[in-house]
Amino acid sequence: MIHLIMDTFLRYLKEREQEQLVKILSFMFYIFRHDDLKEMLDSNKDSLKLEAMKRIVAMIARGKNTSDLFPAVVKNVACKNIEVKKLVYVYLVRYAEEQQDLALLSISTFQRGLKDPNQLIRASALRVLSSIRVTIIVPIMMLAIKEAASDMSPYVRKTAAHAIPKLHSLDPEQKDQLIEVIEKLLADKTTLVAGSVVMAFEEVCPDRIDLIHKNYRKLCNLLIDVEEWGQVVIINMLTRYARTQFLNPNINESLLEDSSEKAFYASDDEEDEDKKAEAAALVKRKPYVMDPDHRLLLRNTKPLLQSRNAAVVMAVAQLYFHLAPKAEVGIIAKALVRLMRSHSEVQYVVLQNVATMTIKRRGMFEPYLKSFYIRSTDPTQIKILKLEVLTNLANETNISTILREFQTYIKSMDKDFVAASIQAIGRCATNIGEVRDTCLNGLVQLLSNRDELVVAESVVVIKKLLQMQPEQHSDIIKHMAKLIDNIQVPMARASILWLIGEYCEHVPKIAPDVLRKMAKTFTNEEDIVKLQIINLAAKLYLTNSKQTKLLTQYVLNLAKYDQNYDIRDRARFIRQLIVPTDKSGALSKYAKKLFLALKPAPVLESPFKDRDHFQLGSLSHLLNAKAGGYQELPEWPESAPDPSVRNVEVKDSVCARRTVLTGKAVKNQKSSSESESESESSESEDESEEESEEESESDTNIRKKKTIAPSGSIKMYELLHRITGEGLAVEYCFSRQPFSPDPNMVAVQIQFTNNTNSETKNLHIEEPRLQSGMRIREFAEIEVLAAGESVTVVMGIDFCDSTQAANFQLKDLKFSLAFNLTKRCFLSLFTGKLMGMNEISEKLTLGEKCVNEHVIVERVTATANLSRVPCGSDKECRFAGKTVSSGCLVLVTVTTKEGGRAQLTVNCEKMVIGTMLVKDIMQALSQ
Amino acid sequence: MIHSLFLINASGDIFLEKHWKSVVSRSVCDYFFEALERATEPENVPPVIPTPHHFLINVLRHRIYFVAVIQSEVPPLFVIEFLHRVVDTFQDYFGVCTEAAIKDNVVVVYELLEEMLDNGFPLATESNILKELIKPPTILRTVVNTITGSTNVGEQLPTGQLSVVPWRRTGVKYTNNEAYFDVVEEIDAIIDKSGSTITAEIQGVVDACVKLTGMPDLTLSFMNPRLLDDVSFHPCVRFKRWEAERILSFIPPDGNFRLLSYHVSSQNLVAIPVYVKHNISFREGSSQGRFELTLGPKQTMGKAVESVLVSSQLPRGVLNANLNPSQGTYTFDPVTKLLSWDVGKINPQKLPSLKGSMSLQTGASKPDENPTINIQFKIQQLAISGLKVNRLDMYGEKYKPFKGIKYMTKAGKFQNDCHLLVIQKLAG
Repeated sequence: MIHLIMDTFLRYLKEREQEQLVKILSFMFYIFRHDDLKEMLDSNKDSLKLEAMKRIVAMIARGKNTSDLFPAVVKNVACKNIEVKKLVYVYLVRYAEEQQDLALLSISTFQRGLKDPNQLIRASALRVLSSIRVTIIVPIMMLAIKEAASDMSPYVRKTAAHAIPKLHSLDPEQKDQLIEVIEKLLADKTTLVAGSVVMAFEEVCPDRIDLIHKNYRKLCNLLIDVEEWGQVVIINMLTRYARTQFLNPNINESLLEDSSEKAFYASDDEEDEDKKAEAAALVKRKPYVMDPDHRLLLRNTKPLLQSRNAAVVMAVAQLYFHLAPKAEVGIIAKALVRLMRSHSEVQYVVLQNVATMTIKRRGMFEPYLKSFYIRSTDPTQIKILKLEVLTNLANETNISTILREFQTYIKSMDKDFVAASIQAIGRCATNIGEVRDTCLNGLVQLLSNRDELVVAESVVVIKKLLQMQPEQHSDIIKHMAKLIDNIQVPMARASILWLIGEYCEHVPKIAPDVLRKMAKTFTNEEDIVKLQIINLAAKLYLTNSKQTKLLTQYVLNLAKYDQNYDIRDRARFIRQLIVPTDKSGALSKYAKKLFLALKPAPVLESPFKDRDHFQLGSLSHLLNAKAGGYQELPEWPESAPDPSVRNVEVKDSVCARRTVLTGKAVKNQKSSSESESESESSESEDESEEESEEESESDTNIRKKKTIAPSGSIKMYELLHRITGEGLAVEYCFSRQPFSPDPNMVAVQIQFTNNTNSETKNLHIEEPRLQSGMRIREFAEIEVLAAGESVTVVMGIDFCDSTQAANFQLKDLKFSLAFNLTKRCFLSLFTGKLMGMNEISEKLTLGEKCVNEHVIVERVTATANLSRVPCGSDKECRFAGKTVSSGCLVLVTVTTKEGGRAQLTVNCEKMVIGTMLVKDIMQALSQ
Repeated sequence: MIHSLFLINASGDIFLEKHWKSVVSRSVCDYFFEALERATEPENVPPVIPTPHHFLINVLRHRIYFVAVIQSEVPPLFVIEFLHRVVDTFQDYFGVCTEAAIKDNVVVVYELLEEMLDNGFPLATESNILKELIKPPTILRTVVNTITGSTNVGEQLPTGQLSVVPWRRTGVKYTNNEAYFDVVEEIDAIIDKSGSTITAEIQGVVDACVKLTGMPDLTLSFMNPRLLDDVSFHPCVRFKRWEAERILSFIPPDGNFRLLSYHVSSQNLVAIPVYVKHNISFREGSSQGRFELTLGPKQTMGKAVESVLVSSQLPRGVLNANLNPSQGTYTFDPVTKLLSWDVGKINPQKLPSLKGSMSLQTGASKPDENPTINIQFKIQQLAISGLKVNRLDMYGEKYKPFKGIKYMTKAGKFQNDCHLLVIQKLAG
């Protein structure tokens, strides 16, 4: 090898090719350096290995090839040092594809990693394993993904979701099995997994919309807590979903309004008629009622307009644009305008989308017109997009301000921008009839501008405008004919010539003279100008052959020998058509009609017209071309599919109840000391504003309704003191009994006592103001509460396992109930690991009274509704519980040590609850 | 989603590449270089460049192009936002995001990129989580690591990854518990040549530096929350609470973060704190032009206007400017025709002015462009919109007084400083 290199080296040396020499030298240098790296990797010192790996990674980063080190690196895959290991992973993922056989050596390490008790290691093993693009391990990957999809740790499940698209791209054959995994993960209730699995869904089986049905409501409800990247993916997917499942909310009104808005576009008449017919057909339909699920989606995405992530805001904006009733779409405008203050790349994308939106829904952005004014510091591409938006926003009322703005833009130093501004003026002029003359005059003034580019652009625009009403403007045409002597820009020259040719009858004296001049310079002109000279000649020949016959012949002869075949062709064609010869065909009779036919005026329309058939915010929309993997946004269905597919059967509740029963049974036999009469602690009443203007007249009546005798030993909390309540006292307690109508709710027992002399009437709950997801099952109204009486009712609150207070109003009284922890007993035997949970440990000193196990058990169970789990050691007490609404497990361990010290460990997936629980138990135990 | 990332410096060298799926040859960047050549200015490169097989989405920050390679449909903003997040993270880690810093820390950069994306889909982008996974390099740690051979990589999964508060790490401990909030406002205005305001808007941000032990739950309320027209929040802010009570309630991330950014509604009249008097004229046929500029404060509530910087792009015909500033220094670049005048502080008694003449190309006609004047300045201790923080309360933690709990909950101790930026003046 070295020998060979030396040979080539010498050969190049002879040829003295400096560049090659350098390459060879650096190549040799690399070989030696790699040797040195190999040595370091083989050493048994971690620090040397780390240093070597760092240098290798730095080389990879620079794009240098280090694949020859593969054997040396892969050996270190099982290295103890975690950083070395990570860098080896980086290397492995980069080169495994090239060195498939050697890569297999590392697989067993990852398989071992998949079984590790540490969730981070399990997850990273799966990550790397699935990133190795080696076909032979597909079955192993499949197995690993399936296993990880039912892992205890949501983080590992998330990784499994990430691995699905990897495997799919490696081996599409696995699709069916992967869809099964996706289906399973879609049912996952954690926010961590939701975004990733929807991502996998979008990549593997975006058309399997049926998998979403059952999870639709859950996804809507989780959305706000999903991490921002997941939100974008979910929102985009749900937009598509909604388009297939719900009815068009604008079905009745939109068509009619649209047609009135489009009145500017002169050629839209036919379309209008179509639409009217369509609208007439629609009237027959039954009135539109929005599906509650459709509403749910709109409601739950709205707060995300406030996200700091531009992609999320854009996703919500496109959702509203595509799905919301017309009246509600307006709210996205403000958020989009806010994005315009972000980085210029963000502005660029947002403006593209705004430009599309302004065509359909102009009214939405009109209040923000000024936000689109152009700053001299904007990059040109942003300026041009803003101009586009301003032009789209122009209407009769604001056109004068917009034109005034445009006038300042024309004085800018950025010439591309000036050209675009002139075009914008032209478009405003065509769209808004009233200002056409003003615009035209302004543009004509620009013809005397010193800058040639400005003049040229104006000429082109004026040409288009003149086509609309040529008769009135022969003086402008004359003016432009004069310009031809000075102006050099080919496009402008061509436009002038075309104008003169087209309207030669309006300028009969000037036209032949222009042709004379052009004939002189013909050979030096650009191709487009030459073509127009030929056109002009032909048209003049037809209208005024006496003066121009010779000139035309001369021009055609010049063209005959032109270098460009287009021009030669055109000359031949025209000669045959207009010059009468013996064999002249049947067409020459119609030559005049052919050349001087009335041509329709061009419609100057926005390049963004009709772009909204692409889903807004997508890459395809930005490029106005379908990108690979783009999913079409379906049209609204004619009639809504069955909404009941989204109903979720409450299978869980049955299971839950069963566990409760077993829990109770075991509990009763286990600890006699803890009866139903456990008292609660920990309660943080954020606020309980009282506002009482109670009272009513007296009347004797009967009170009935479902009441429960208050069990005296439960600790009651005061909700409303009798003085502030003007006689009405309210107390509540958590009864720790299952709330039978809904297993996810916490039963709250409320006792009303009327201490006045008169009766209180109609006690009921009004306007609960709840955090998202919280629900209240109200108690039946208490019609009358006689003086001196007290009554107890039970209401259910689903706190969603949050620590937030539930606020509600009791007739005119406002309350907030703070949540206490787990309220229902749960028991199961823990033999396994506590993976996937947050562990919070605190040391504490037991209070004086906590002398024995018995007391500890009592204290802990009094604090929270936990049940004791038997364990081997007498120094340790273990408790288990489950949160009411999501069924998260809570495990508590108290280990007693010498001298009254103890260690408290709480494992819970919900960190906030865990922390609160630790605090409360600590307090209870140290008293 | 994101296939690969290339980092390209101002001179067009690819100095870092990272692939999350199969390797994409760096020759794909040739399309980018083509676009770069076509664009007259560096910021005019289109953010999305289609190529036959890929799409290149790029952002330009700190004179480095971050070019992401995409193969299939993905919302462009998703990628753009992510790339900006990458830059922010680098800045957070290395203090600056320059080519040199990235090259020096290439291994950390690689480890970060590895954690931030999995198979092209964002995995961990919260700086608090990343910092637990990969510790930021410090001089001390580098020294210790080289001696002991220990690493920068965390061994445990950051608890934040799993919790409902992914932005905060657990087990935070400080001896001095403190929370600072900076209200920074920017005025953005266009004023026409007669001095009347065409548009003026105020954008503000509340940046926080919170160093509190445990899991504090903060509420921050404003005296006049109705001022805020359009807000966007850090994910930690409870939106419902804001909707209902106009109170910011949140469990803060640890360290520095942007709590909210807002916009003051345009209905409220925006008081422009400075004014400019100018007279720039060119006479037809003469090769001289006159230049006069005076600045003055108005409506600043008695606060001093500082760090004033005036810049103006003069017409191309101007060869040189011979000016005389009453204070500060000015420079004129004859190539770019950019005039900039570093004024410093405005003294209301003696208004700063810049007067003199400009020499024009002989024979050239009178320039017809209007030079625009950009002004930057700062005013300390003033939020121009009048926004005031009412109080800050903390729940959920009970610190002992010596830990500074009183200092923490005291309202009115906030540092309000206000920077006002970019007033454009279309002069003429």
